[in-house]
Amino acid sequence: MTRIQRILAAFVVMAAGFGQAGQGSVTLLNVSYDPTRELYQDYNAAFSKYWKAKTGVEVTVKQSHGGSGKQARAVIDGLQADVVTLALAYDIDAIAEKAGVLPKNWQSRLPNNSAPYTSTIVFLVRKGNPKRIKDWNDLVRPGIAVITPNPKTSGGARWNYLAAWGYAMRQNGNDETKAQDFVTRLYKNVPVLDSGARGATTTFVERGIGDVLLAWENEAFLAIDELGKDKFDLVVPSVSILAEPPVSLVDKVAGQHGTTAVAKAYLEYLYSPEGQEVAARNYYRPRLQEVATRYGNRFPRLELFTIDEQFGGWLKAQKKHFEDGGVFDRIYQPGR
Amino acid sequence: MTGSISLGGERRAAWFQPAGILPGFWPAFGFSALYLSLIVLVPLSAVFLKTATASWAHFWGAATSPAVLASFRLSFGASFAAALVNAVFGFVVAWVLVRYRFPGKRLVDALVDLPFALPTAVAGIALTTLCTQSGWIGRALAPWGIRVAFTRLGVLVALVFIGVPFVVRSVQPVLADADREIEEAAISLGANRWQVFTRVVFPLVRPALLAGFAMAFARGLGEYGSVVFIAGNMPMKTEIAPLLIITKLEQYDYTGATAIALVMLVASFALLLAINLLQWRSRRFAEAE
Repeated sequence: MTRIQRILAAFVVMAAGFGQAGQGSVTLLNVSYDPTRELYQDYNAAFSKYWKAKTGVEVTVKQSHGGSGKQARAVIDGLQADVVTLALAYDIDAIAEKAGVLPKNWQSRLPNNSAPYTSTIVFLVRKGNPKRIKDWNDLVRPGIAVITPNPKTSGGARWNYLAAWGYAMRQNGNDETKAQDFVTRLYKNVPVLDSGARGATTTFVERGIGDVLLAWENEAFLAIDELGKDKFDLVVPSVSILAEPPVSLVDKVAGQHGTTAVAKAYLEYLYSPEGQEVAARNYYRPRLQEVATRYGNRFPRLELFTIDEQFGGWLKAQKKHFEDGGVFDRIYQPGR
Repeated sequence: MTGSISLGGERRAAWFQPAGILPGFWPAFGFSALYLSLIVLVPLSAVFLKTATASWAHFWGAATSPAVLASFRLSFGASFAAALVNAVFGFVVAWVLVRYRFPGKRLVDALVDLPFALPTAVAGIALTTLCTQSGWIGRALAPWGIRVAFTRLGVLVALVFIGVPFVVRSVQPVLADADREIEEAAISLGANRWQVFTRVVFPLVRPALLAGFAMAFARGLGEYGSVVFIAGNMPMKTEIAPLLIITKLEQYDYTGATAIALVMLVASFALLLAINLLQWRSRRFAEAE
């Protein structure tokens, strides 16, 4: 093809994309966060098939991925998302509060706090675990380099931080001063604070920096899958946080697009055996017991606490730990 | 040249001076004003307006917290240092490219522009890979105890990289246009090489050098993509101001983010204005000589 032909072809493709969707077809935009790329690629195909069989309508789901907070801001600023599937409830709360395109009680509309699948925070270590990292308290040992992104810029990193805090509270009989001391020592062992989860993975995996990476369970599995089992081991700590990445319909946008019914079905299908199967296949922990049993030995058992149990919800956790002048800021204040 | 003749007796001639005899001054001037307003002033005034919605206490708190002050020091300091480094070495590169002929000159010439074209994230990732303890450069420097990646030095390295073309490209045409006969005349009048450089060549290129410096400096202040990879982003140590803006946005603290942006904007404008004045004076000085 000559260059001109290629440019023309590009225009035709774009025009087709912008053109009116034909009869019997509908397009959804799912605005999601970074590590769900593979999950939703898989799931969208499954849902299209299901919806076509049920109603005869062809659904195309477009995806948008990025840092969870950034994605939420895009929706607040007017990105036409029919549904959002983000890393933390706090980000969807922000959409509800600042843009008013979905009701504030969104989280009670779907089962399990609107989180159809869960994940947790685990450790990725170098093959053979040369530094013998077994649990959270190994991370604060002098000489251990821990890789985790900045919780002020990364949703995933907030889960990491809160998991460490929860562990410390359990170990020290809920003594906050001791917990703060623990996370301070942990972050003193962090040589570089990337701004996002994928960046931290690159630092650990590609640049070979650090002894341990705090990661989403699904990201850790993916890293091992893609980069070879001979390079990394997965270490499951004794206790961690139950990460519940929530989903929601964006009522106003879907209403304008006339896609409310199909968007709702899209989210509900996530809870179906087929949807749960797709989630489990992509290393997200399914909610449905039968699917969980089938993948039983893939997801190691460990003690999990939720953000509501330990912190009284995202709003409180955010305010106390990550807001300006919060606990995280104090870790880096000079003279400590 | 600045020698000007007021055309007609109108008062406006004292303020607006059409350059020469080409017609169409007013349409051209009007268009420039409109264009600059649309492209530059409207977005910038949005920053002001957004800040105006915040309370003074919030603004002040956001703009003067210790982490933000530390980031200002780093951003302005590193950009200034990087622009200085580029002014020196960019001048040398421009000199070599103009005054010497060597095989592969065009290739080198094209290389200079690469930092313009390369996505900054790519530059950042490449530099970081080179400079970490296991990278080529990092390994070579490690025995001396010099660490580049994840330190302030890393920030400087990234800013030097992205600022190179500005100085070279502004100095190069001036050097190329410079009349070598003036240098020859100076030598024939008994000037030594150092004198030729300081009294003849340098004054000629000084305005262009300052312009290149100012552009490299301004670019360094705003640079985000390449720096965040190599800086390590440790609070109070290697966090640049643009990163803190992003951080505030991630916390949905729009006013905090615009507060930092506003301080950066005002400070950069003041600095650029000062450099421009300096450049203007230096040009007049050069012409007077």
